[in-house]
Amino acid sequence: MSTPLLTIADVAVELPTPRGNLRAVDHVDLSLEAGRTLGIVGESGCGKTMLSRAVLQLLPKKAKLTGRVMFDGQDLARLAPESLRRLRGRDLAVVFQDPMTSLNPVLTIGTQLMETIQEHLELDAPAARKRSVELLAAVGIPAPEQRLAQYPHQCSGGMRQRIAIAIALSCEPKLLIADEPTTALDVTIQAQILDLLAREQRRRHMAMIIITHDLGVVAGRADEVAVMYAGRVVERAPTQALFKRMHMPYTEALLAAIPKLETAPHTPLPAISGRPPDPTRPLRGCSFAPRCRYAAGRCHEAKPALASAETAGHLYACFHPIRMAAGVGA
Amino acid sequence: MMQLAARAEPLLDVDNLVVEYGLGNKTVHAVSGVSLQVARGETLGLVGESGCGKSTLGRAVLQLRRAKSGRVLFDGEDLTAMEGEALRKMRRRVQLIFQDPIASLNPRRRIGDIVAEPLIIAGLKDAAERKRRVHEVLSAVGLDPELVANRLPHEFSGGQCQRICIARSLVLNPEFIVCDEPVSALDVSIRAQILNLLEEMKTRFGLTLLFIAHDLAVVKAVSDRVAVMYLGRLCEVGPSEQLFAKPVHPYTDLLLQAIPVPDPDVRPVEGVAVGEPPSPIAPPSGCRFRTRCPRADQRCSAEIPELREVVPGQFAACHHPLA
Repeated sequence: MSTPLLTIADVAVELPTPRGNLRAVDHVDLSLEAGRTLGIVGESGCGKTMLSRAVLQLLPKKAKLTGRVMFDGQDLARLAPESLRRLRGRDLAVVFQDPMTSLNPVLTIGTQLMETIQEHLELDAPAARKRSVELLAAVGIPAPEQRLAQYPHQCSGGMRQRIAIAIALSCEPKLLIADEPTTALDVTIQAQILDLLAREQRRRHMAMIIITHDLGVVAGRADEVAVMYAGRVVERAPTQALFKRMHMPYTEALLAAIPKLETAPHTPLPAISGRPPDPTRPLRGCSFAPRCRYAAGRCHEAKPALASAETAGHLYACFHPIRMAAGVGA
Repeated sequence: MMQLAARAEPLLDVDNLVVEYGLGNKTVHAVSGVSLQVARGETLGLVGESGCGKSTLGRAVLQLRRAKSGRVLFDGEDLTAMEGEALRKMRRRVQLIFQDPIASLNPRRRIGDIVAEPLIIAGLKDAAERKRRVHEVLSAVGLDPELVANRLPHEFSGGQCQRICIARSLVLNPEFIVCDEPVSALDVSIRAQILNLLEEMKTRFGLTLLFIAHDLAVVKAVSDRVAVMYLGRLCEVGPSEQLFAKPVHPYTDLLLQAIPVPDPDVRPVEGVAVGEPPSPIAPPSGCRFRTRCPRADQRCSAEIPELREVVPGQFAACHHPLA
């Protein structure tokens, strides 16, 4: 096994709020090798976005980060701002959920693409322009030459996300973080964008993190999946293993709660009762215990550690893991 | 064209409805000649991607947006011809639930007052009776009236706010509710709770629902029949089970293939979806889906396909259906 490109070691993020400290990320360990895709799945407020911000070192000013984020042999948390700035956008790229707010509305698409390229690669304007056209063509934008002179508002949501991806890919990043890249898009456009990301990832052999609330998005496209709940990774496994032999009751409940196309109409959904705990009032025991149908005494008293299952690379944090023969709910 | 079995009496009968918006000197063709029926006690799901006109259609049914032409018959009476008091009276029987539950509650008012407001507008003067009704619907949606009535919306999560919105829509004992993307803003675990609640309320209060959403699996979970909309027109209408198992319109087929399935054994088929929906300001001639349709030919650009029964019970507007 090669050295991972990214290692997140014991990362915790705390945010001060008027109601007390909010632990957004609670001691997370993850790693990712070049050319691999990691899916991070969880509901809103589970800390998945804060974790990606910790990797990018783009946390809110008041946030307190502990732990290490090793990327390509360097600890990002200890890197000088100038070195960090050179790294971000070049080796470390990101695509956000909302392409309208991540693109500058008053600059042309050409300016925004060429700005990134010229900042990080030593290219003159004509070369940068040529590269911009190539990139737009690569992400499936018709008539790329003309697009360069247009502004973001002249493009549809799907086109804008393609442009954001083109900018992210412009300097051949080693790692691309896609934070809910298709949540703002329609389902037919979502399929196109996910195809595009998968194709470019294979072609460039880059590592990719897809952050999403939709288990369907990661099922067919990630090599490994980490499920987050209340700031912690509660289960982590190779995608096949996770869907076929999940051990964490939250993963099971989350998958079961998704309406399926195969299910007959008017079948009651196995809903998860209650809601996630208040992140400013952490629970002593397992965070999922109040909503878990397997929870017993110990679950309310102590936090289960993220431990290893029989299968290699399969970790879960539960005192009463589900042991099943084959996929349930999938 | 009647899409229901002959025995079913439609509570809602939308006939050739056209809704257009002005945009500068241009016209947005939001709904272009849609006809559909909803039988009493039925849930009709209405699916389509953003901008297809599904929300506009929902609003035009309630007369929140007036149609340019066409009729909306509710229990035999034409809502498009009604005005003033008559329309207000009729509106007690039809209600609307919106996508964003937090934005649709007034942040400065207490939950008890928010839910009682429709009763006040309807002229119920007896405060004790109002309180009784409010408590009844709040309990019905799974909230403790004693605990919530005096609190403000910001004290509640999105899922709880949607419960409050549902309670408000039920307080006048309506017969028909238009649900416009009621679960899109909610997390997966909360979404299932609200979908189950809607189903429960439908049975308990004998409701008829028009359920608008972009998520096909969500629509299937609650609908008896489903109507698929694209760029202002209906593509396909049919019983849920049948329509999802064997779509006959190429657009329905595309939508079904584009959904990411939460099963790693189902490898996503690359390249199923091509292009983007054209602008509703200048929709394509003939069939509006033809610019993205793999089966399109000359006839599709020349001739608007009429909605017709392709297989028993299943209607599609297509010159080259998949059956």
